[in-house]
Amino acid sequence: MISLNELKVLRDKSRAEISIREKGYLAGSNMDFYRSHVLVCAGTGCTSSESLEVRNGLKEELIRLNIDKEVKVVETGCFGFCSLGPIIVVYPEGTFYCLITPEDVKEIAEEHLLKGHIVSRLLYSEPGTDKKVSDFESIEFFNHQKRVALRNCGVINPEKVEEYIAHDGYFALAKVLEEMTQEQLIEELKKSGLRGRGGGGFPAGLKWQFAHKTPGDIKYVVCNADEGDPGAFMDRSVLEGDPHSIIEAMAIAGYAIGSEQGYIYIRAEYPIAVHRLEIAIEQAREFGLLGQNIFGTGFNFDLDIRLGAGAFVCGEETALLTSIEGHRGEPRPRPPFPAVEGLWRKPTLLNNVETYANIPAIILKGADWFASIGTEKSKGTKVFALAGKINNIGLIEVPMGTPLRTIIYDIGGGIPNGKKFKAAQTGGPSGGCIPAHLIDTEIDYDNLIALGSMMGSGGLIVMDETDCMVDIAKFFLEFTQEESCGKCPPCRIGTKRMLEILEKITKGRGTPDDISQLETLARTVKSSSLCGLGQTAPNPVLSTLKYFRDEYEAHINEKRCPAGVCKELLNFSIIADKCKGCSVCAKVCPVGAISGVVKEPYVINSETCIKCGACMEKCKFGAIVKE
Amino acid sequence: MSCNCQCSTEKKNDPRFQELDGIIKKYKNQAGSLIPVLHKAQGVFGYLPEEVQSYIAKGLKLPLSEVYGVVSFYSLFTTVPRGKYVFNVCLGTACYVQGSGRIMDNLKKELGLDIGETTADGLFTLEGCRCVGACGLAPVLTVNEKVHGRLKEDDVPRLISLYRLKEEQGSK
Ligand SMILES: Cc1cc2nc3c(=O)[nH]c(=O)nc-3n(C[C@H](O)[C@H](O)[C@H](O)COP(=O)(O)O)c2cc1C
Ligand code: SF4
Repeated sequence: MISLNELKVLRDKSRAEISIREKGYLAGSNMDFYRSHVLVCAGTGCTSSESLEVRNGLKEELIRLNIDKEVKVVETGCFGFCSLGPIIVVYPEGTFYCLITPEDVKEIAEEHLLKGHIVSRLLYSEPGTDKKVSDFESIEFFNHQKRVALRNCGVINPEKVEEYIAHDGYFALAKVLEEMTQEQLIEELKKSGLRGRGGGGFPAGLKWQFAHKTPGDIKYVVCNADEGDPGAFMDRSVLEGDPHSIIEAMAIAGYAIGSEQGYIYIRAEYPIAVHRLEIAIEQAREFGLLGQNIFGTGFNFDLDIRLGAGAFVCGEETALLTSIEGHRGEPRPRPPFPAVEGLWRKPTLLNNVETYANIPAIILKGADWFASIGTEKSKGTKVFALAGKINNIGLIEVPMGTPLRTIIYDIGGGIPNGKKFKAAQTGGPSGGCIPAHLIDTEIDYDNLIALGSMMGSGGLIVMDETDCMVDIAKFFLEFTQEESCGKCPPCRIGTKRMLEILEKITKGRGTPDDISQLETLARTVKSSSLCGLGQTAPNPVLSTLKYFRDEYEAHINEKRCPAGVCKELLNFSIIADKCKGCSVCAKVCPVGAISGVVKEPYVINSETCIKCGACMEKCKFGAIVKE
Repeated sequence: MSCNCQCSTEKKNDPRFQELDGIIKKYKNQAGSLIPVLHKAQGVFGYLPEEVQSYIAKGLKLPLSEVYGVVSFYSLFTTVPRGKYVFNVCLGTACYVQGSGRIMDNLKKELGLDIGETTADGLFTLEGCRCVGACGLAPVLTVNEKVHGRLKEDDVPRLISLYRLKEEQGSK
């Protein structure tokens, strides 16, 4: 067991070791330690693009150059700028290298790490310019952000508890145990205005109060790390990059409600996150930060991991608890809410990963600090997974109330290939879209609801003029229809019928009454489904109908897909004036639908054409068009 | 359902069942142990045939119907053997808007498989999944653990040949 004093000593020692990564560090001022740290992102995004090979290569190079005692390689969690992976940052300079390949490693080691010359070829340049930026704090993508939940991601080595402690890790737990009563703690959380980041936005303090007030000698704390939205990866990044913050927050929650046991329910599809969590829990136990009599205060708390097995509905809280109990993860009616009757019928507090990640910061910096960030009813920051048709893909954290325009153009760097911004989709399969004319919307819980979307877990998918909104609605409905657990008929049958209508429309067989049928079905499914999955499943359809009704009508009435996506509605043809008669198209056509004489314009037989688009890709003269 | 271990006396000598015994023993007394045991068992056998399910049911003292109910509910559990290389195309939103649907169509055509099927030679299985979290590399697919990103439609035949080649070289 570690005492508060020992924790302080450890913090100061670890802080000195990693002070080299801080702003204003004086090079060479601390000769006891490494003169340089090279941070390599080892999150899922970067490891998918060979960051581990980069790391291994670096380590070998350091040995070869005999500077492995001077330069240290540190694996961190996600920096957030995923489209540029693999990413490394060299301290004390703070030099940001991106899109590194294992072949670049030698040059970085020899030039930068040995001789101190920055390798400008591997620096980042802002989209649309070729000015190289070396200091990563001055990159636009980062400097509009405010990191609270992600404060340690990409900053510390998640497999070393000492680095977490160096950033005041476990001091919030110590403060709570030594200085605060359960009631004071809950009051503080209520005052902070923190709302659940898992989707609904329920006030966290209130939920803690319910779980605290429900009498019971056995209670549970549960973390929802099921992250089912197919375009969101913030919870995974927190667990990969800063697992101890979740452990600490859950222990704080345990103290608040009077629980000694917690469970983290995490999807099995996240092997790196699971692995880091296992290591973190083990280290926390070793240091006595989990277990019996924590900080000698008599408080006991321990944690276990439970793996999901690929069912989206298990993200719903009652289904999740049923799944931990070992059954089919079907939701049950609420009330009783989990705070009253949850896991094994005991009072259970369940929060999302990002919700927990905010807690230690709120305790240490105070509720007033947290409440000063954000809007009147949505406090703090929100992490978004920015993806789709956008230059800078990655994970961002911004104050609540940040305009969508800032996210898309300043942080996201705009839309690639000179295309026009069409809409942003938030809330995943439960959400809706924000069309281009509402780009100045300030993003918070209530504004999104007012637009017919929702915050959801924070997936933010950007779409351009080449995306068909009917097709997108169909995509989400396919998802919910497949993931419906089938317990209640409105969801099981209603989503299927809605999907059939959408398939009909996108195949060019839509009829004028389809839209009103969709609307009637949507109302029924929303109002009569048992759980949130069914209740929100129609949202993507309703929202696209609200803002892009003309696209539905074009599909139905004119048998035309304005964005040129729905295959059955496309028609490929060759513009005779532009065609040079080179015959490339005829050669690539898999069904022999193109014919002609060399040096004369070719023609496409639309009867045989399967609309694969291969010819259009190959034509060097832009002579083939689809409409 | 096919299984390599025909009868119960042979199970005693099958190292996989011995391993399963250990797993069952370890989890037996924990509440909610069925799902963790199924995860481990699938790790050992590669899939969960009826034989294995009924063995687990006996070991955990649960009705077989309950075990089967759980296995069939969760999409990560499979009751049929899988190919040596599992092609898993990400159909998450980010990949979808970047064209992963067309990658999937191409794979279906090239491998002659529908989602969830395995080639007759046991080499390839085709699957779709929801977001592997490498959205920065969209569209992506995974082959076993390896992530292939920034794909174009015509990468598909190349990828398949790559793994065929790997197989030929491996078997020599
Ligand atoms: C179909 C469905 C899927 C959900 N998936 C998730 C999820 O993946 N992660 C999550 O934290 N919450 C998810 N939720 C919300 C949870 O039910 C619950 O409200 C949330 O985890 C509570 O935590 P919070 O108050 O901290 O947000 C989902 C809800 C529904 C209806
Ligand atoms: S709404 Fe859908 S997912 Fe929810 S309980 Fe009903 S059938 Fe299952």
